[in-house]
Amino acid sequence: MLVELDQVSRTYPTQRSVVRAVQEVSLTLDAGQFAAVCGPSGCGKSTLLLIVGGLLRPDSGIVNVAGQQPYHLSPDARAAFRASQIGFVFQQFHLVPYLNVLDNVLAPALAVPHSDALDRAQQLLQQFGLSHRSRHVPAALSSGERQRVAMARALLNRPQLILADEPTGNLDRANAAGVLNSLKDFAESGGAVLLVTHDDDLADRADRVIRMLDGKIV
Amino acid sequence: MTIWRLVMHEIRHRRLNFLLSLLGVAVAVGSVVAAEVLMSRERQVTNAILSRKQIEVEQTMTARQKDVAEAGAALQDVMRKTMRELGFNILILPEAQDLSELHLNGTLSETMPESYVSKLASTSIVTVNHLLPTVTQKVRWNEREIDVILHGTRGEVPILHASEKKPLLEAVPAGKMVVGCEIHRRLSLKVDDRVTFRGREFTISRLHPERGSTDDVSVWIDLAEAQELLGLQNLIHAILALECECAGDRITQIRAEIREILPGTQVIERYSQALTRAEARGRAKLAAEEALDKERQAGAAALESESASRAALESSHEQLASVLVPVGILSAAVWVGLLAFSNARQRCAEIGILRAIGLRASQIQRVFLTRAVLVGFGGAAPGILCGLILGQIFAERSELVPEASRLIDSGTLNIIAFSLVMAPVLSVVAAWLPAALVARQDPALVLQLD
Ligand SMILES: Nc1ncnc2c1ncn2[C@@H]1O[C@H](COP(=O)(O)OP(=O)(O)O)[C@@H](O)[C@H]1O
Ligand SMILES: [Mg+2]
Repeated sequence: MLVELDQVSRTYPTQRSVVRAVQEVSLTLDAGQFAAVCGPSGCGKSTLLLIVGGLLRPDSGIVNVAGQQPYHLSPDARAAFRASQIGFVFQQFHLVPYLNVLDNVLAPALAVPHSDALDRAQQLLQQFGLSHRSRHVPAALSSGERQRVAMARALLNRPQLILADEPTGNLDRANAAGVLNSLKDFAESGGAVLLVTHDDDLADRADRVIRMLDGKIV
Repeated sequence: MTIWRLVMHEIRHRRLNFLLSLLGVAVAVGSVVAAEVLMSRERQVTNAILSRKQIEVEQTMTARQKDVAEAGAALQDVMRKTMRELGFNILILPEAQDLSELHLNGTLSETMPESYVSKLASTSIVTVNHLLPTVTQKVRWNEREIDVILHGTRGEVPILHASEKKPLLEAVPAGKMVVGCEIHRRLSLKVDDRVTFRGREFTISRLHPERGSTDDVSVWIDLAEAQELLGLQNLIHAILALECECAGDRITQIRAEIREILPGTQVIERYSQALTRAEARGRAKLAAEEALDKERQAGAAALESESASRAALESSHEQLASVLVPVGILSAAVWVGLLAFSNARQRCAEIGILRAIGLRASQIQRVFLTRAVLVGFGGAAPGILCGLILGQIFAERSELVPEASRLIDSGTLNIIAFSLVMAPVLSVVAAWLPAALVARQDPALVLQLD
């Protein structure tokens, strides 16, 4: 088991009340699995994803990823854990605007330096058909190209898990399909993918669909 | 891919923020350096002015010292001459002699034994070059129906200096007569004329020019003949001791000693014209010394007042700088801090993703602080350059141009070193808080904004 959540809850305090974004969620994910978390907007999908990614501490419950409990680690160790085990892909791409494509893909190497990072980055760019774009900055790229840069970046450190939050939300059909295929390829090569989407059609293409409503798995 | 590369790309990407930060640092450093250059110029000018003044004072002093030395030398010269050539002239008279008679009439009436001369000469108490025994009396030249003062003298060396104040004393050979001006003029006498004086034959040996004293109505003959004529055999009125070789302050002692050897006498000092001259010289030397002293005091006072006024000027400028410089540094720090804060806010999303992909908080902080150090150094360098140039321009405009001008003295060098250290330090301090805030912010907050 690569991911294991047990009775995980998370609330957000607001001025008037407390938002129960995730309520007692338990789930498991194995290596090689491509799972989609599906539900309407505001049901708690992104919150769940951040919790799994070691970026948002749950109020209660146990989080276990790749044999470690990230919230039991020190902040620096948790950062290193994220860098080596998890790749993130977001709807807004979140590329560093002033770094060119190659440098954006290489950014995770800042956290986990390794000697073959450059070779690996160039290989990934080739794989995503971005070699000719490696010296361009994100602003010069199309949305589809940007998301492929983000995919390449997520894969640089050879993570075991990719967390994708609405990765196709800003893409046209063709590009969306490309991203989806890449995620599938990753899962087939032994990685685990947790895809978050409100799009049922997209979710249906995953190996497994986890439906959420009001912070709970249904 | 390195942090450095990340920083450099970010700086290039957000040039304006970086350049404004540089500007802030450069203005602060520039004003600090320019102020220091101005003040160092001022110090150099002060030093130049004071040393010029010092030299002036020293030159004046040297001149005055030369005056004093010259006056001293002149005095010494006169003293030496006085000692060597003149010594003291003292007149030894019977104690009973009324001095007013001498001073009013030029004659004497009291007598003492002629043997006093040899008595005095035989002692070695005073070295007397010449001891001249004299008789001096106002008598009637019956044959010519005229009153004269008759001097009878004897001595080896005639003393007849040109000086009018000198006693006219001459050893006149027997049978000869020396005549004062008024008499030979009135009687139409010439040298070698034969005259009868109170029944005795004399040949005129010499005529004196006008002297404006009782000398003009005097005649001089041999002592023995005079004694006979006056009925004063073996008696004399006075002994003139010429050129006593003794120091001036010993006159009292000599007086006492002479009175002991020759009882019943009085000693008066006469004709010490050389001393008068020496006194004048003494006064000249004293005046020169006073002038030197005054000059020394005036010089010291002038130097002191110049140095005080320069110090006041410098300290007023330093005070101004001590207010303006910290204000400048502080506002630059605030300015740089605000720009750093704005920069950090702009970078929330990018920092969030960098945190998400695993960069540690310390790495994020290093990104910001590296940038701050670059702002510091990058602002300090042109700031120093501009400060030096502007300081120089202002200094020239304020005519603060010392002769041996040095743009960078040790004080300025210290300020430059200080700026090179302080600019990055202050920039880092100013950037610290925003950097810490951003580095510690929860990346989830940013990533949730989908
Ligand atoms: N930082 C936050 N502060 C307060 N409420 C939040 C915050 N983030 C999310 N929420 C709330 O929590 C709930 C779940 O949000 P989210 O996990 O983003 O849902 P989804 O991704 O399914 O749209 C929503 O009601 C949302 O308004
Ligand atoms: Mg969401």
